[in-house]
Amino acid sequence: MKNSILLAAEIRRHALIMNHNANASHIGGALSIADILAVLYERVLTLFPQEPTNPKRDRFLLSKGHACSALYAVLALKDFFEVELLDTYSKNGSKFTTHASHNIPGIELSTGSLGHALSVGCGIALASKRKQNYFRTFVLVSDGELDEGSNWEAILFAPHHKLDNLTLIVDYNKIQSLGNVDDVLSLEPLKSKFEAFNWEAVEIDGHDHEAIYNSLITSGRNAKPKVIIAHTIKGKGIDFMENQLLWHYKSPNEKELESAIAQLNKVHPIDQS
Amino acid sequence: MRTAFINQLIEEAKGNENIFLLVGDLGFSVVEPFAKLFPERYLNVGIAEQNMAGIAAGLAMEGYCVYIYSIGNFPTLRCMEQIRYDICYHNLNVKIVAVGGGYAYGALGPSHHATEDIGMLRTIPNMVVCSPSDPIEAKAITSISVNYNGPMYLRLGKAGEKIIHRSKNLRISIGDIIKYKEQDNSDTAILVTGSIADYAINYVNEKKLRWNIYTLPFIKPINKEQLKDIVTRHNELIVLEEHQKSCGVGSAVIEILNDLFNIGEIENYPKIRRIAIDDRFYSIAGDQSFLRELANLSLNKDNIF
Repeated sequence: MKNSILLAAEIRRHALIMNHNANASHIGGALSIADILAVLYERVLTLFPQEPTNPKRDRFLLSKGHACSALYAVLALKDFFEVELLDTYSKNGSKFTTHASHNIPGIELSTGSLGHALSVGCGIALASKRKQNYFRTFVLVSDGELDEGSNWEAILFAPHHKLDNLTLIVDYNKIQSLGNVDDVLSLEPLKSKFEAFNWEAVEIDGHDHEAIYNSLITSGRNAKPKVIIAHTIKGKGIDFMENQLLWHYKSPNEKELESAIAQLNKVHPIDQS
Repeated sequence: MRTAFINQLIEEAKGNENIFLLVGDLGFSVVEPFAKLFPERYLNVGIAEQNMAGIAAGLAMEGYCVYIYSIGNFPTLRCMEQIRYDICYHNLNVKIVAVGGGYAYGALGPSHHATEDIGMLRTIPNMVVCSPSDPIEAKAITSISVNYNGPMYLRLGKAGEKIIHRSKNLRISIGDIIKYKEQDNSDTAILVTGSIADYAINYVNEKKLRWNIYTLPFIKPINKEQLKDIVTRHNELIVLEEHQKSCGVGSAVIEILNDLFNIGEIENYPKIRRIAIDDRFYSIAGDQSFLRELANLSLNKDNIF
């Protein structure tokens, strides 16, 4: 069995190649969630890759649908579909659009317009409570996405209805579309905002797999929903991409891809198992 | 109409455990019986329609048949993107119920005038758009909506609309046009939707006009065969609606007829008069009939053939 560290490296490798081949944007935000996805899919979520709609599965919604290259990669690596299908990413006629598509096995909800998935996650978590099912619902949002007012409607709603089966993860990489989150529309103090809304809030290093695991493995206590504010680095793992707004848009060219893959291989050689 | 809706929904919910009603903190003295009978399938989400539409999508993904209920533009325009992307794109079993179509909440001002909703909702793929003309139609549509697995919009009136149909139980299917009055020797047909139908019927009766009268409980889809039949029988059509002229019911009828004409499915293109709101807001107070008149939603001689 792969461990989550190796899985994260493979997610990054695939996401880089997919974005290069497709000349697509958003590699920075895909790299920033690679570790979170790796821990979720390797160690936390109850999954049925051969039966992706099994009612007992945990539900994961990627609200920041533009980072879907990382999600497609982890689903392929976890055997939801053939890895080769990732080669069709963004190609004419492919199901693999560059925002997350529910037409792909393992993807619950199409996303791409920001501020949608947390409300849907509230509905799923509410249904789970009302039907006395015991799966968990996870929603991953970006930091910039929290500008959307719809999120705050849901942030009010979830604790009021004691949705402790709902876990929200904030990919707090500090950079949004046109600049630093702190400059565009500051979220701070974010943790105490969530606490004031009656969430159980924890802050972690979003690239520390043990910290990610420890935060994800338990639901909110005292009937509260849980939010994990994951401090991350946009472009994490590739030195020339880290913390650079440019990589919200730019696709790695041949030379940049080569350099990026070399950096990954240096730390995590390709898993031959 | 809202009473007919909620009573029918309660009847359906007695035998269907999947029916779930969400309200956006509106529905005083309407939704309480449902809430009392089915507390585990009812929730007031608060004044947060975007969240309500998203929650509805999530509930529907887990197997519920979800109704979201509010007034006028709030469960529609306010959360249009959630309706488009979360509900319709995923083709989820969510019914959007708006009370107060047209100028039903006239005196409350343009915030409460639901006069662009049909146009906005009928452009969205997978969406069925319903606009009952009286409580009998509202009841029939509610019953249909429970048994239809997909997104639907129910544009209701308010309360106290006159019953126009003689039969208490209409046998209609999605898309059907209802023949309210049809006789052979009439050259003019009026197609009407919503509670303004009552006005049209009274007008035709009082003036002793030889017009045939049809109500359109569905704006999308509209049964093309039935529309073709109407066009074959009449040279003049009047479409009356309490909605902007742009993208409304008259537009929908013309779009269908244009395409049928182009492929030779109809031989004679009728003269069509659209009576609808002429691309403007009305910002003065007035009840529904006052505002209808102000907006020239009238069958006066300037508007007809």
